Amino acid sequence: MQTYILKRILGMAVVMLIVATISFVIVRVVPGDPAAIMLGPDASPADIADLRARLGLERPLPAQYAIFMGDLLTGDLGRSIFLDRPVVQALAERAEPTICLTVMATLVALLIGIPAGIVSAVRRGSAVDQATLGLAMLGASIPSFWLGLLFIQFFAVRLGWFPVAGYGDPGAGFLERLRHLVLPALVLGLLSSALITRFTRASMLDVLGDDYVRTGRAKGLDEWTVIMKHAFRNALIPVLTVIGLTVAVLLGGAIVTETVFGLPGVGNLVVQAVLRRDYPVIQGTLIVVAAVYVLVNLTIDLLYTVVDPRVRY
Amino acid sequence: MAMAEAAAEPAAIADETLLQIEGLRTHFRKDGAVVRSVDGVDLRIPRGRTLAVVGESGSGKSVTSLSIMRLIPEPAGRIVGGRMLYRDRTGRLLDLARLPVSEMRRIRGGEISMIFQEPMTSLNPVFTVGDQIAEAVALHAGKDRAEARRVAVEMLRLVEIPAAERRVDEYPHQMSGGMRQRVMIALALSCRPSLLIADEPTTALDVTIQAQILDLMRRLQREIGMSMLFVTHNLGVVAEIAHEVAVMYAGRVVEQAGVEAIFAHPRHPYTEGLIACIPRLRRHAPGQQRDREPGGRRHRLVAIPGSIPSPAALPPGCAFAPRCSRAVDACRLEIPDLVEVAPGHRSRCLRWRDL
Repeated sequence: MQTYILKRILGMAVVMLIVATISFVIVRVVPGDPAAIMLGPDASPADIADLRARLGLERPLPAQYAIFMGDLLTGDLGRSIFLDRPVVQALAERAEPTICLTVMATLVALLIGIPAGIVSAVRRGSAVDQATLGLAMLGASIPSFWLGLLFIQFFAVRLGWFPVAGYGDPGAGFLERLRHLVLPALVLGLLSSALITRFTRASMLDVLGDDYVRTGRAKGLDEWTVIMKHAFRNALIPVLTVIGLTVAVLLGGAIVTETVFGLPGVGNLVVQAVLRRDYPVIQGTLIVVAAVYVLVNLTIDLLYTVVDPRVRY
Repeated sequence: MAMAEAAAEPAAIADETLLQIEGLRTHFRKDGAVVRSVDGVDLRIPRGRTLAVVGESGSGKSVTSLSIMRLIPEPAGRIVGGRMLYRDRTGRLLDLARLPVSEMRRIRGGEISMIFQEPMTSLNPVFTVGDQIAEAVALHAGKDRAEARRVAVEMLRLVEIPAAERRVDEYPHQMSGGMRQRVMIALALSCRPSLLIADEPTTALDVTIQAQILDLMRRLQREIGMSMLFVTHNLGVVAEIAHEVAVMYAGRVVEQAGVEAIFAHPRHPYTEGLIACIPRLRRHAPGQQRDREPGGRRHRLVAIPGSIPSPAALPPGCAFAPRCSRAVDACRLEIPDLVEVAPGHRSRCLRWRDL
């Protein structure tokens, strides 16, 4: 087990090295002078030369690479050109809404997707099952920005239950900030629950026909125990994979949703950085998001050993 | 409806009978057609003894045992008629066919237990074997965790699993098929049932392991004093373990008798055919040619010609008639009754006297 975790961490390091290298290369392979592109057509030659010096673009490529990797190892992701502060700091300032949104959306997706999938499988072929499958199909096909606008129109504008957009006044307390996240979390979570519902249903249908489920009934257990304890625990194993993927997708989906709801999160930061060609920010975000993705995957793999005693590393 | 008629009759069974099945009919719906898997089964399971139910695949023997447990997968399958009169521990006479589900759960695992053909898949892979046994003990005997676990270890010892204190914490995948079937037996017997239903419990096991499991079951049946319903297609196993035998064909019992009577004087051509199918090893004097009858004819394994009819398309009359060398016109007209041909020996054949 310890060797496995060690191996996985080593593997993570390799993945991160590749991601970092790609993000390093992307900026350098842009045709023309990156500094000139970042500053746009109206920049003066002096400004461009100044930026080239700040980015270290004057040095030979291997030297640039060595400096870039060295900085990365010490946790330095460079400096944002437009925000005029370290990328790490810019990311940290924007992290809270994105993390909260992803966690809340994941909870919504699980709390809806798993029960819906179980009920759907247990009542297979019933009206409930048909309705669930129909909704799941709908959820898989609706774009998040459209559902976001719909929710704003209905729950925020018409009913006034939640704020239309933003993250509260600068002095807003944590709960007030969370209130601003409810609608975006619902949008993201509902759409992701579609996938989880379908996987949970399929997985449950699989195990409900298994012999040990019959053994459970033959013992005299009630249906709730048979389904929730004996069947679900086994059905959860493949569903875990989908949950891991969903968290990753939610992280990506947060970018679009943050834009629709005007949330000052990492997604918003990236969109602005792309518009302003703020390469250090794009680079830094890419690396951090990749790291989170890899960590989520590792967590899921370790959860397998908790759920399924047959999995031993 | 047939069920209402049956309920109107006075319910009574003899004292030495634990479970009496009368006219049990369990049907399945498949692609719009009705499959009559069990179509009028009559069985008596005597107290403290072993009844073997024998038949080919598709004869309805497994469906009969699942019907007793009320584990027929609904809504595809349903018990549509008949009674299953069972005397519970408190002496009450219950009709299992009509018992409310909540009452049935008390019976399942507590008074009537079941073990299945597939030991490899019948245990839940994500719980330890100890937990799975303790769960049943806690449920029916109302014991706390520690006490239930102690019973689990005791049960594993009873089924002769070595190092029971250690293996109680193992998961099913850490055990062999034979060990898992022992665990299933331990689980089934953990609440000291009055009846153990064993559906082909040794079929999936190696021959040497089969013999061990049969020995174990025979010993436990005597020690606990329970009744056993042993479903098998193997007449060799029947001779080993059964006191009484019921032969099933196409969803009905065609003959029931004591084990000696069945083998010595079968009173149904199907039973006769099954017995003729058992391969026999003959002893030969040195120098004599092997595998030859005294007349020089080679001794061949006999097979019953044809195959069992689909329960979706049963012929009118005796279901065995199309394969029977003794069938006469009368056999094809209506289904013969199960008649007593000798004390304790019943046959569903018009021509039993000619056998």
